[in-house]
Amino acid sequence: MSELVSELDAAGLHTPIEPVDATHGILLYLEEVTVSFDGFKAIDNLSLYIGDGELRCIIGPNGAGKTTMMDIITGKTKPDTGRVFFGQTIDLLKLDEPSIARIGIGRKFQRPTVIEPLTVLENLELAMSGAQRLDRLITARLTGEERDQIHAVLDQIGLTEHGGRLAGILAHGQKQWLEIGMLLMQKPRLLLVDEPVAGMTPAEMERTAELLRSLAGSHSVVVVEHDMGFVRSIADQVTVLHQGRVLAEGRLEDLQVDPMVIEVYLGAGDAYH
Amino acid sequence: MVSRTLFRAGLTGLASLLLVLFMPLPVQAADDEALRAALTQLREADFSEKAALVETLVGMDHPRVATILNALAESRLFYVTETSRIVIGLGDDVEIAIEDAITGEALGQAVKRDLDRIRVNNRLRSLIENQLASLGLASADPQQRKAAVEAFLRSPKPEGAARLKARLDVESDQKIQELLTAALALVDLTGTDAAARAQAAKALGGWTQPEIRGPLLRAAAEDSDAAVRQAAQTALAKTEFRLQMLGWAETLFFGLSLGSVLILAAIGLAVTFGVMGVINMAHGELMMLGAYTTWLTQQWLPVNWSLPVAVPLAFLVAALVGIAIERGVIRFLYGRPLETLLATFGISLILQQAVRSIFSPLNRSVATPDWMSGTILLGPLEVTLNRLVIIGFCIAVFTLLWLALQRTRLGLEVRAVAQNRAMARAMGVRSARVDALTFGLGSGIAGVAGVALSQLTNVGPNLGQNYIVDSFMVVVFGGVGNLWGAMVAGLSLGVANKLLEPWSGAVLAKILVLVFLILFIQKRPRGLFPQRGRAAEV
Amino acid sequence: MLLPHWLFSDRAGLVLLAVLAVLGVGVPILNLWVPPDHPLYLSAYTVTVLGKYLCYALLAVSIDLVWGYMGILTLGHAAFFALGGYCLGMYLMRQIGARGVYGDPVLPDFMVFLNWSELPWYWHGFDHFGFAMLMVLVIPGLLAFVFGWFAFRSRVSGVYLSIITQALTYALMLAFFRNEMGFGGNNGLTDFKDLLGFSLQADGTRVVLFILSALALAGGYLLCRWLVSTRMGRVLVAIRDSEDRARFLGYRVERVKALVFTLSAMLAGVAGALYVPQVGIINPGEFAPLNSIEAVIWVAVGGRGTLVGAVIGAVLVNYAKTWLTGALPEVWLFALGGLFVTVTVLLPYGLIGLLQRREKAA
Repeated sequence: MSELVSELDAAGLHTPIEPVDATHGILLYLEEVTVSFDGFKAIDNLSLYIGDGELRCIIGPNGAGKTTMMDIITGKTKPDTGRVFFGQTIDLLKLDEPSIARIGIGRKFQRPTVIEPLTVLENLELAMSGAQRLDRLITARLTGEERDQIHAVLDQIGLTEHGGRLAGILAHGQKQWLEIGMLLMQKPRLLLVDEPVAGMTPAEMERTAELLRSLAGSHSVVVVEHDMGFVRSIADQVTVLHQGRVLAEGRLEDLQVDPMVIEVYLGAGDAYH
Repeated sequence: MVSRTLFRAGLTGLASLLLVLFMPLPVQAADDEALRAALTQLREADFSEKAALVETLVGMDHPRVATILNALAESRLFYVTETSRIVIGLGDDVEIAIEDAITGEALGQAVKRDLDRIRVNNRLRSLIENQLASLGLASADPQQRKAAVEAFLRSPKPEGAARLKARLDVESDQKIQELLTAALALVDLTGTDAAARAQAAKALGGWTQPEIRGPLLRAAAEDSDAAVRQAAQTALAKTEFRLQMLGWAETLFFGLSLGSVLILAAIGLAVTFGVMGVINMAHGELMMLGAYTTWLTQQWLPVNWSLPVAVPLAFLVAALVGIAIERGVIRFLYGRPLETLLATFGISLILQQAVRSIFSPLNRSVATPDWMSGTILLGPLEVTLNRLVIIGFCIAVFTLLWLALQRTRLGLEVRAVAQNRAMARAMGVRSARVDALTFGLGSGIAGVAGVALSQLTNVGPNLGQNYIVDSFMVVVFGGVGNLWGAMVAGLSLGVANKLLEPWSGAVLAKILVLVFLILFIQKRPRGLFPQRGRAAEV
Repeated sequence: MLLPHWLFSDRAGLVLLAVLAVLGVGVPILNLWVPPDHPLYLSAYTVTVLGKYLCYALLAVSIDLVWGYMGILTLGHAAFFALGGYCLGMYLMRQIGARGVYGDPVLPDFMVFLNWSELPWYWHGFDHFGFAMLMVLVIPGLLAFVFGWFAFRSRVSGVYLSIITQALTYALMLAFFRNEMGFGGNNGLTDFKDLLGFSLQADGTRVVLFILSALALAGGYLLCRWLVSTRMGRVLVAIRDSEDRARFLGYRVERVKALVFTLSAMLAGVAGALYVPQVGIINPGEFAPLNSIEAVIWVAVGGRGTLVGAVIGAVLVNYAKTWLTGALPEVWLFALGGLFVTVTVLLPYGLIGLLQRREKAA
């Protein structure tokens, strides 16, 4: 069995984990990316750069292409044209989803997606960097170091007391944190976080904001969010997407008085607080 | 029409035919008398007098003449010794059935020794044969003329050529003209003139009948003259090409008819699976119900009228069962497609066993109405009428379904629910009702497909099982939720199956198609015409 | 601790193993050493029927591994079962030797009947028991691996996958019905005489086959139980509940699926190989799509994702089938159909789920 496994890993493209080269200060490059579904351009000549250690918020009305953009970065959707690079050297378009995850890009889905029949600890262990190799699936035991990592993350997401509970019975907000925790277990350089505070209480939101802010610096974090209050509380750099392109970029306060942005959001005025 | 017919009949026939047409009764009687008189003379006549009488009979153009002459040639024409009545005997036993030679009236049984046979010799027999051929050639009915020429083709004799030539001069039907020309060429082919033989061989190219192809093959191989052999070979190549074309056309037709059946079976699924995302494994059994409905209809109604009644009835029966399945089981399982698959499979077992218990496990034979039996010429291609009707029926059902989805309120609601259930509900579509009706629609179409199937295969409890894998393959191949996809997929799978069949045999063809589909799905998991974008992810 | 943790904590599994142990010892005693007129005597027929149930149970376990844990509803697992059966059947055919009706020392009867002059190449080697046993694992495994590798790599999933697994077994059924395939066509392989020199009709052989079935089931169960207790098991659950999540965590989902699918097919092959000498025949009917779906419902009845449930379901449903098809043959399909509906609508977690709920309520 294990021979077969290693053979498989040898035959398939077991991507060697190449260190990310972010020497130019930019971690993620999207350049002139276009993708269309049946003639509808979900992403239209989009260019976007995420700096190393930056915390960036992406806002935009429904259908602006936010989720499709994440699909492209994580390898789920291949664009029709354009370039997507992780650091200077890694061409993301040549990699599939697991490889992209393994080189250090973590993604949180819009709907909290944790493995409900497993405990919180098991969920975190599942996400642990290096746990994904086929041969480690049946042989490996946790090392002390790995145990420490799991508990550190558990602390970080504030679920220390819930380690043994089933993920399925966690509260909605706790599931969101667990999912972020799972991303952290991947030891990512870049975190893509889709609507982390949807359905959260103000107190939970506050804690989430704190968590994300604490991650910035050591990680680049891209947050897609509708809630302007939350956006204001975490990011200074905000990108507005509209119809698959960048409409505006800058500080939230400036964007809120930008007539173009206001027009796009017209009728969705309650998104502003 | 009448004048043309008259013109075509020979001069002798003209007068009597006019009389037959316009004053049937008295003239028929008078004619009968003349016929009887001639026949009475046969009794005493010697063979040369008989020959003259045969000529007279042919001149009479009485409808019974051909029958009588045939009987005479076969030595089945008798006198009843006592009454001098002239009769035709049927059969070879000591006691045979007899009928009046002139009126055709059945006269019951007679013992042979009470009968007096009118004797013929070989010369007379061949004379009668020739005369019968002319009689056929002169017939007012194009079918009979055609039959006469075809009879000539089977045993071409140079002495008949003159008659054919004479007919060719007056023949107005183009098809028969061509056939006559071919028959004459066939005579020339065995003649002594090499140039004429070559000419004839050339003319016979493209005729696919074995009666023509055979002599041509012989000429190509054995003729003493090289030019004739060459001409015959060229002509044969033309024939072969034509045969091949006909073969392809036939395969295509069979493929289309199989494809229509697949489409009929699949479009109902395209509605339930494609639009609602519900895997209905009982779909085949709903078709079976449709087929049984047809059978039941035929128990009450004459076969010829049963189908027009069976179609709406089968739709209704299957639709009601479908709605019951949806309301009773499937609605508890929305969003759990795998469970739906299992539950509906259970329903299929129940329906099968129900039919087995009610109607017996034996196959029921559903009769084919007269208007669907037999064959019809489609250009040079002879096709069975029932398959042709089913192709037409498939187009009709498809069109109706298309219109129903595009043009009706329900269709609009169905499409709305299919695209975005939550949004449709928010806009006031009662999705539960739409679900039930959509499922009823898909099921009803399955029932209608069952009516068509009942005309092609045995109707039994296993009818549905035989088609379920195929119909799912069609839907998956075409792309879920796409009627046109189901159409294209059904047709191409049907044709592919029939194309492979002669090469590999029916079973292997089916296996190959299945394997192809399994591979195809690897390449295009969402079918030929996939739905793309985020909506397709749900 | 005597037992590894993963087994120690598996109470239901321990009960199952204990029951299998009791059966493995008790059935031979009741058959071989109890006099035939004694009320406790088990006839050879009963032993065979019980052995058959155990083979079915192993098939159910293999299905539960891929359906219950990995979320792939396979409607073609009977194909792997049948392939395993054919592999052993081929060995048994070769063992007949010159004792067949036509007395050909090499060719099985049906080949003589078809006027074949020599053994097809793929029949070579099957006169060696070891080779045949290897093929019992390799043939189903290889088919599953190739099929799974392509299907999972192209992300065929959900009902699509179910449908093409059904098409797979359907195509195999049609193929095996053909005489030209060289597997006895319609009649399949039958009239077996002996296995490794032991007559298949002898009580002793039947008892040994029964014990082997019990051992195979126990072994298959332990293998699956161990597998799902490792991190691999948790990955399977992750794949089942959210394939995308697993993929974005860096798991090569299609490889995991292909491997587990292959393992499961091998288990099914073993079950088929044990089944054939007990029932004495293997024919293309075993590939029928109905067989595969019926096996799925065993798992559903017992409770999927529990392994023990699969065993319980297989035995219960087949016991009911044996009884009903004998007593009320008309009712059997109604009952089976009703079972499909009831279990999916009312008992999504099967009998085990029902017991667990009781336990919780108490």
